[in-house]
Amino acid sequence: MRYLPLTPDDRAAMLTAIGAKSIDDLFVDVPEAARREGFVDLPRVAGELEVERALSAMAGKNAAAGSVPFFCGAGAYKHHVPATVDHVIQRSEFLTSYTPYQPEIAQGTLQYLYEFQTQVANLTGMPVANASLYDGSTAMAEGVLMATRVTRRNKAVISGGVHPHYVRATETVVHAVGVETEALAAAVDAEAAVIDAIDKDTACVVVQTPNVFGTATDVTKIAEAAHAAGALLIVVVTEAVSMGLLKSPGEMGADIVAAEGQSIGNALNFGGPYVGLFACREKLIRQMPGRLTGETVDADGERGFVLTLSTREQHIRRDKATSNICTNSGLCTLAFTIHMSLLGETGLRKLALLNHEKALATRDALAAIPGVEVLTPRFFNEFAIKLPKNAAEVVDTLAAHHVLAGVPYSRLAPEAGMDDVLLVAATETTLDHDIKFLAGALRKVLAA
Amino acid sequence: MSSMNSVGRPTAPSPHQPTHDYKHPTLTGGRGLLQDEHLIFESDGWGKTGVDLPEPKTDGSDLGDLVRKDPIGLPGLSEPETMRHYVRLSQKNHAIDLAIYPLGSCTMKHNPRLNEKMARLPGFSDIHPLQPVSTVQGALELMDQLAHWLKTLTGMPAVALSPKAGAHGELCGLMAIRAAHEAKGEHEQRRKVLVPTSAHGTNPATAAFVGYSVVEVAQTDDGRVDVADLAAKLGPDVAAIMVTNPNTCGLFERDILEISRLTHAAGAYFYCDGANFNAIVGRVRPGDLGVDAMHINLHKTFSTPHGGGGPGAGPVVLSEALAPFAPAPWVVHDANGYRLVEREEDEAAQAFGRLCAFQGQMGMYVRALSYMMSHGSDGLRQVAEDAVLNANYIKARLSDLMSPAFPDGPCMHEALFDDEWLKGTEITTLDFAKAMIDEGFHPMTMYFPLVVHGAMLIEPTETESKQELDRFIEAMRLLAQAAKAGDVDRFKGAPFHAPLRRLDETRAARSPVLRWTAPEGSNIAAE
Repeated sequence: MRYLPLTPDDRAAMLTAIGAKSIDDLFVDVPEAARREGFVDLPRVAGELEVERALSAMAGKNAAAGSVPFFCGAGAYKHHVPATVDHVIQRSEFLTSYTPYQPEIAQGTLQYLYEFQTQVANLTGMPVANASLYDGSTAMAEGVLMATRVTRRNKAVISGGVHPHYVRATETVVHAVGVETEALAAAVDAEAAVIDAIDKDTACVVVQTPNVFGTATDVTKIAEAAHAAGALLIVVVTEAVSMGLLKSPGEMGADIVAAEGQSIGNALNFGGPYVGLFACREKLIRQMPGRLTGETVDADGERGFVLTLSTREQHIRRDKATSNICTNSGLCTLAFTIHMSLLGETGLRKLALLNHEKALATRDALAAIPGVEVLTPRFFNEFAIKLPKNAAEVVDTLAAHHVLAGVPYSRLAPEAGMDDVLLVAATETTLDHDIKFLAGALRKVLAA
Repeated sequence: MSSMNSVGRPTAPSPHQPTHDYKHPTLTGGRGLLQDEHLIFESDGWGKTGVDLPEPKTDGSDLGDLVRKDPIGLPGLSEPETMRHYVRLSQKNHAIDLAIYPLGSCTMKHNPRLNEKMARLPGFSDIHPLQPVSTVQGALELMDQLAHWLKTLTGMPAVALSPKAGAHGELCGLMAIRAAHEAKGEHEQRRKVLVPTSAHGTNPATAAFVGYSVVEVAQTDDGRVDVADLAAKLGPDVAAIMVTNPNTCGLFERDILEISRLTHAAGAYFYCDGANFNAIVGRVRPGDLGVDAMHINLHKTFSTPHGGGGPGAGPVVLSEALAPFAPAPWVVHDANGYRLVEREEDEAAQAFGRLCAFQGQMGMYVRALSYMMSHGSDGLRQVAEDAVLNANYIKARLSDLMSPAFPDGPCMHEALFDDEWLKGTEITTLDFAKAMIDEGFHPMTMYFPLVVHGAMLIEPTETESKQELDRFIEAMRLLAQAAKAGDVDRFKGAPFHAPLRRLDETRAARSPVLRWTAPEGSNIAAE
């Protein structure tokens, strides 16, 4: 087997050195009843070529986003990732290293994590950010739990504009520890209803902008209302590129930001791995979940970086930890950091405007189709439309015509009674031709 | 290690040479191939960009006062500058591809590059989690295949794929257990989880995270769960036990069948921490041990890269008793092909919910399946055998100089030493670890498990050759001899040869500096 360096002679010599007669001597502690002779019922060793053929056949059955006019968003976005990013993250020293627990030989990882934390803090407009969580949805759940620790209150008010999968993932976890959630009704302008739901038991208010329908909102007033009631504001962002154009959560008064960073540096990957961005106000850092990298000096006084404030974490505090998280999204943070370093502020702002431009053009093309109503007034790169037909069926029909038209809202929340709503996203990768193709195909399907 | 190699050059500084004088400061801060590399924020990249994009036809004015006006604080670099910056940083990292990385409990094995190639096929990497299922049949087939391999290797009937790391898998398992007790109307009475003192920190953290109180179970002198103590603590108030097997001392729990029998007799469930599955894959099926739930770290046993701390993946195999409570989403294969159940209430009223926005770590699924298919059932059994053989070889070759924590009988895939052998030398486990860095090795796991004083937990994995093991053992022996000979400075001051000397972690925690900020008086806006 190509990954196993020991030869039969090596094994024999090593057994002799150990004083064992056979390999079975080393497994004597396994109860006899649980010992398995022979191989489990699975195929035997396979060469690289055979594995590549088998997996390529599976990959070939999927419609890659890059191969069709593509308009899916709803929390995962197709962006162009510069070739440099994927090359650098495959360097052995990054790919095959562990969590930087021995900082003297992990400065590469620690320095990029420090750069990542600074980039995320600046992007979100917040004072501090951690070294990432699994994804945006788990970041939101951690944010709610953190808010309950900070405020010693027990209820989260969740806007109806938050991605339904984020809401469900959060509810699943926080309900287990007895935290209550009040998830408000889904609506394109759901933020308008949030302030009235805040009361003296509210630990936090969770709003998403742009929201799941694409609506971009200034949440400053919600922040003020939350703070007046002694609650924290958690802002969720599922499209990180939007912060290159829109006011940052920090600017609008967020206390905690839970965001999905996939859009910068990371591929769609059918949903993962992604990278959860988590930022907060400075006074809250000791209640933060996840790893943090901090600056220090070595014995010679040279600047260096270490994992720090680990007294919050499970390997030190065990059952008193702020979270159980251990592994985070290391390599995805590196991809984010490299892509962001290439973009810089100039590139990010331009990229964001290009996304907005393509989405406006897509909206204009779809709005001209009889029966289509655009629901989202102000958006970044995604908007909702109302169709005269069931949106899921329309999407399936269009898929058969090789166009991926977007995400039917009913796929996220079938109980919401919005079977006719379609979420449409465009990015810098969208071609004018793609927009024409989508509009033409949709016009035909609706007319049929 | 001899003092001369085959071409006659010295291979290491003589042990008698005062190594702390080795580092003569250079004028620039650079040292040979190691460049002194500033932060990107300290570059002259303010206003630059490394991407060429067309001029946008909109200025965003339709968004009115929603537009961000203040500077964001993000420097940009051209492509060559970016490449050089991150390559320079990379050279300050240890990596599996450089040398043995014997971190106990972490299974730092070789990461096959075929896996990377497969995960980057556009049919896997460039598909959206919410595309119509008719357009992702191959992706669902891959998930179904992965599930089949995991279930077969563990002898368990069901698997929840979506957890994103080991600790997330623990969360999944405990949530399923909690849901099962709720379904039986026993949740209110069962509020305790029993965890051995040797457990990973994530076990008690997860139990507490889900709202359980944690009760520790004692360990016997031979490094196993104290079954009498466990039996005494089991009762109608216990929801589950969380036992790692092989355990964190690198030992197989001999009484595992009795442990699971007692647990089930008390109406509790058996959560197994599968971090150490590499030691038994293909030889022992957790399903045959009475396990109800076990997470599998795809980034350990199944070789997906650790990537400097993630991304991982932690699918959880489940027993018949817990299978109905598995979270959404999951894949169903029927006459019409594959489909994805995303709303648990559609098909399984008892599912406990959802753990993350989408399907979990697809990129890791592809890599893990590529790895499993490459090995096959015969290769995977050999993986366990070689991993255990390598660890026992290290234990055998170091036991005369260092003190094994549990000298009697074989270990599994990791060899555990305590610091008894360092007594009277003034040298601690930490000092010894830092001196290993100077010799070109990544240290073993230190001070874990907590039940062993000054623990040194060495896990070589099966992908180390005998030659590399011998090189490592020889270095360990030289260091152990130096420690015993009173060469204290070599250890107390170490590392001397790493990119940086020992770092002041106390200072970092006392006044945290967690981000770069512009120096006062500079005109760079950073927030």
